[in-house]
Amino acid sequence: MTMPFYVPPEQAMKDKADYARKGIARGRSLVATVYADGILLAAENSSKALHKISEIYDRIAFAGVGRFNEFDQLRMAGVRHADTKGYAYSREDVDARSLANLYAQFLGQVFTHELKPFEVEILVAELGVAGFPDQLYHILYDGSVADESRFTVLGGDADTIAERLESGWRADWPLPEALTSAVRALAGPERTLSPSDLEVAVLSRANGRRAFRRLVDGELEEALSAGSGQPA
Amino acid sequence: MTLPLFSPAEDPGPSFPELLRRQPLPGLPRWEAADVPAGKWALPGAPGLPGAAWVPAGQVRPSGPDLDLPHGTTVVALRYAEGVVMAGDRRATEGHTIAHRSIEKVFPADHWSGVCIAGVAGFAIEMVRLFQTQLEHYEKLEGMPLSLEGKANQLSQMVRGNLPMAMQGLAVIPLFAGWDTRRKVGRIFTFDVTGGRYEETDHHATGSGGRDARTTIKLGWREGLGRDEAIELAIQGLYEAADEDSATGGPDVVRGIYPTVATIGPRGFAYVEESEVAERFRALIARKSGEGGGPR
Repeated sequence: MTMPFYVPPEQAMKDKADYARKGIARGRSLVATVYADGILLAAENSSKALHKISEIYDRIAFAGVGRFNEFDQLRMAGVRHADTKGYAYSREDVDARSLANLYAQFLGQVFTHELKPFEVEILVAELGVAGFPDQLYHILYDGSVADESRFTVLGGDADTIAERLESGWRADWPLPEALTSAVRALAGPERTLSPSDLEVAVLSRANGRRAFRRLVDGELEEALSAGSGQPA
Repeated sequence: MTLPLFSPAEDPGPSFPELLRRQPLPGLPRWEAADVPAGKWALPGAPGLPGAAWVPAGQVRPSGPDLDLPHGTTVVALRYAEGVVMAGDRRATEGHTIAHRSIEKVFPADHWSGVCIAGVAGFAIEMVRLFQTQLEHYEKLEGMPLSLEGKANQLSQMVRGNLPMAMQGLAVIPLFAGWDTRRKVGRIFTFDVTGGRYEETDHHATGSGGRDARTTIKLGWREGLGRDEAIELAIQGLYEAADEDSATGGPDVVRGIYPTVATIGPRGFAYVEESEVAERFRALIARKSGEGGGPR
């Protein structure tokens, strides 16, 4: 009989974190920022069918980077949670904070107890109404949650992209300006991203009950060209 | 609540009722077909949809002439050049008394379709809520909305799920209409208590005053009606139904309560402004008064 090697817990956790981080860094990043009329979510994603950004509920959006099947599983669970809660209580009772906590608990549980952690970083964005501010809950592979009210970046290259976005950031910038800055931050100084490389959606106060809307084809191009005319 | 995650074998897919079956609602009594006492109130073994075979334990009451539950009455739908007009009166009755003067019977099902209800109000409104949730749930999980026919079939299954209750006299008969975004045409679907689903070509009305409304609409309907003409015809249908049927509410000029009217066209579901409906009813009443009130 062979004896298993002793692995100190610090080492085990570090190995898992490194593994998850490596998996996440392989994919492209995602930016979410508040703008004048709501929240903008922009991701580098050349697929038109496999979405990184999607709708959870009336005022709540979901975004994920990393392994598609893993964050899509979390997205579906989020939709199921929100719809059940809204049906059992009321549409007003569905909030992002409790969903973010559920995600955090689940990811934390998997990170400590399972052999393989989830290789994902996810975002739960909520449009504020009736005096409440917009909220961005950024949840990491190990279940740690960060709560932002300005902007946040998901993915392997998050720190560099966040630095680029920070310089011109304003809370009340109009959509074209916010979008152009977000895309420039995602691309970096050496590259330019065309509309076909992007997946963009907004949670907008102008959209009525279901605030989530995707910006596709013509609309996206229009917003990008309107934004690039202004000083970045 | 916990995060609703399922193994691939147990995944409920894009069905919201199936999800509720796997994960009962939080903070509510568990609703099970098995809780219903056997005998006269026994329900079929196979659990149907919520609101149907799911009845809170010990809360089943006998139906029949001695039990008066709020009933919704007349609703109409008719096709016009750019879509469908749906309308419903505002009265709910409990036996021979008026239960509510201003209930709503016309609801948006999703952006492109609407549903109106006649029958036991409690079940009907719950069915509409479940139907609305299911359409949106499907759309979010699958990334695209159901086809109009798919929506009609979903509703038909919900009506069929209510069959045991319908057998006790607690029937719900919806009327479903929408804009078919693929065929670019407005379509109307009707149902019977067994969940039978029938597509109407031009117009339909259901509920206690449905027959009278249908006759009026039938006489006035022609291909290619404009929006205003179609709304006018729906209003006339409801007026005549209220004239003949005691359970259908007419325009209440004293309280300012008028039937609900909605249009569903290429731009989706929209309620017609209450002021517009009121204005049309006032004109109709003035016209009728001018003619000496019409035939008696």
